[in-house]
Amino acid sequence: MPTMNMIQALNSAMDVMMQRDDNVVVFGEDVGYFGGVFRVTAGLQKKYGQTRVFDTPIAEGGILGTAIGMGAYGLRPVVEVQFADYIYPAFDQLVSEAARLRYRSAGEFWAPLVVRTPCGGGIFGGQTHSQSPEGIFTHVCGLKTVMPSNPYDAKGLLIAAIEDDDPVVFFEPKRLYNGPFDGHHDRPLKAWSSHPTSDVPEGHYRIELGKASIVRPGNDVTVLCYGTMVHVCLAAAEEAGIDAEIIDLRTLLPVDVDTIEASVKRTGRCVIVHEATRTGGYGAELSAIVQEHCFWHLQAPIERVTGWDTPYPHALEWEYFPGPARVTAALKRAMEVA
Amino acid sequence: MSKKMKKPESLRLHVPEPKSRPGHSSDFGEMHLSPAGAIPRPAADAAESKLRELPYGLIRVLDDAGQACGEWAPALPTETLLKGLRAMMLTRAFDERMMRAQRQGKTSFYMKCTGEEAVAVAQAMALHPDDMLFPSYRQQGLLIARDWPILDMMCQLYSNSADRLKGRQLPVMYSVREVGFFSISGNLGTQFPQAVGWAMASAIKNDTRIAASWIGDGTTAESDFHHAMTFATVYRAPVILNVVNNQWAISSFQGIAGGESATFAARAIGYGMPGLRVDGNDFLAVYAATQWAAERARTNHGPTMIELYTYRAAPHSTSDDPNAYRPSDEAAHWPLGDPILRLKQHLIASGIWSDEQHAALQKEVEDQVKVAGREAERIGTLGSANPDPSTLFEDVFKDLPVHLRRQRDEMLGA
Repeated sequence: MPTMNMIQALNSAMDVMMQRDDNVVVFGEDVGYFGGVFRVTAGLQKKYGQTRVFDTPIAEGGILGTAIGMGAYGLRPVVEVQFADYIYPAFDQLVSEAARLRYRSAGEFWAPLVVRTPCGGGIFGGQTHSQSPEGIFTHVCGLKTVMPSNPYDAKGLLIAAIEDDDPVVFFEPKRLYNGPFDGHHDRPLKAWSSHPTSDVPEGHYRIELGKASIVRPGNDVTVLCYGTMVHVCLAAAEEAGIDAEIIDLRTLLPVDVDTIEASVKRTGRCVIVHEATRTGGYGAELSAIVQEHCFWHLQAPIERVTGWDTPYPHALEWEYFPGPARVTAALKRAMEVA
Repeated sequence: MSKKMKKPESLRLHVPEPKSRPGHSSDFGEMHLSPAGAIPRPAADAAESKLRELPYGLIRVLDDAGQACGEWAPALPTETLLKGLRAMMLTRAFDERMMRAQRQGKTSFYMKCTGEEAVAVAQAMALHPDDMLFPSYRQQGLLIARDWPILDMMCQLYSNSADRLKGRQLPVMYSVREVGFFSISGNLGTQFPQAVGWAMASAIKNDTRIAASWIGDGTTAESDFHHAMTFATVYRAPVILNVVNNQWAISSFQGIAGGESATFAARAIGYGMPGLRVDGNDFLAVYAATQWAAERARTNHGPTMIELYTYRAAPHSTSDDPNAYRPSDEAAHWPLGDPILRLKQHLIASGIWSDEQHAALQKEVEDQVKVAGREAERIGTLGSANPDPSTLFEDVFKDLPVHLRRQRDEMLGA
């Protein structure tokens, strides 16, 4: 099997789908000739032509608005919003239109589109190139929200998202594009090539939306995480010497309640980790789910480790980023209560 | 250097005001109207650079005597004219009845298009039946011109058990895929770039169908307008982008949207798109302009923006009282008259219609509305025949996810 980093895996997913389905089109800012600022669409225009892969004006609302019209026509648009921080101009089209079109037309029209968008920090992007706004979208009924943590999942999830008949917001943790990142920013970079998930089949395969993955089975405490934080949590559990069960949610909506419930009921402890800000964040929903389903099994308060409730800073990036030290501390707190 | 420095001028904020407010006499005095027949009709494939005077003119075909004048006069067969007249009259009769039904408590909300019937009806007729329509909430005439049953529309207005939209949408927010009528949003202007996207898809697939969309003068201020105009021009999308300038966006006159300084059609110039400005109460002019734009789109010459210059004779909606912000007799003073009366005058002047026939047709459409109305009320008015509660959870997603299944079971007490 070829070894792929996350960029190549995502590119392969679009390639496979464009090959299989003439209705798949790819567009966004700089995605055509240039192949995207992160190179995720590299080579696709050359292979599939300008009418299926093209550059757009700098207008995220226009990208989403036209994508919805194309979806209503019968195409499957896969659009790129260059940074998740730039998705807000498209908010009305996503929330009021794409998400509700099927419902308001009682199934007459729908928008089978995917919005790919790089998210997260750790690249010195400052407040406008580092955000993780997934919790804003999980709050919207009618949208599916996905965030992969490795190349194998990224490809399988993106294929499933493209094949899905509902709109999917697909967050790509940009810090993971070129290698697994465990939060130890002061250590040498690792490449995907030495990671098992970089074995990515060239052809078509799907990872069903709404299914979590247990990336580290364990007995002491359940860790709920996704995206970059999966690797941070793996490192933290290792460093804390705690037998944590680490669940990579992969799809945030619909979320895999059954996997969460089974694990927390067994471990009796739960730590929730995400990079996004804390208040009203997706972790709050996870916390509510755990207490609704597992309250009588809990042996300790649910812990949350998140980005601080501030804009993402530039110079103080590593003070902001919820790295292994903070996760380790939370794991220990969760284990302290007998 | 002079010893006395000139005192700098104090800055003043300009807030546009309409010519007349309640209590004043209606005043459309300064309106510049091109005479009927005065504007030349360029070839539909003319270069945009040759079309830049059109946005400041006003394409009119019918003169004050009801004669069709000039190069824009479409040579339409009598049956087309009579179908257009009937569709406009049926639309108005439908509006009257549904407005009353709302007042009688049979539904929560209604919006009439009185005075603007020619816009939707003539445009629907000038397009092909399979062209895709992305309307706003005041183009019910599109459905009526496409012969969609008014009973079905009434069931939507009553959110009853026969409502195809399962009682989910505010009245008038129709969706009829069968006749190419896109689901109406209610969030203003969102359909404009969507129509462009649909048209781009049609071009990507080498289809032959084009798209058309409608917004009001007020909505041109939304970013969606700019997105639609930009994307349509960039990709030369086969789409007609209509701005229905009915002078009023609820209580804000068109000057608040920027209509004081330039026409809305003139917005097109900056995008390099043809902009036609048309007498929206002139069935023939609306038909001809739409036909021109459609021909241009069908032959890969790209999009056209059409400003339909008209007047909203009705309140914005059943929740609105226009007497609070404009003279109550303003509609009667609208210099471009009434679209139904003007087409009637033309047909009579052409010797193919009479007052007697018109009165008979009026009764016919009123009877049609009455019969459909009785049937719709028999099925149910708002609240009397609600859809099955379990349908509340359908269509959020294609398939029901676990969390919605659990919520549905909770609601149903399962």
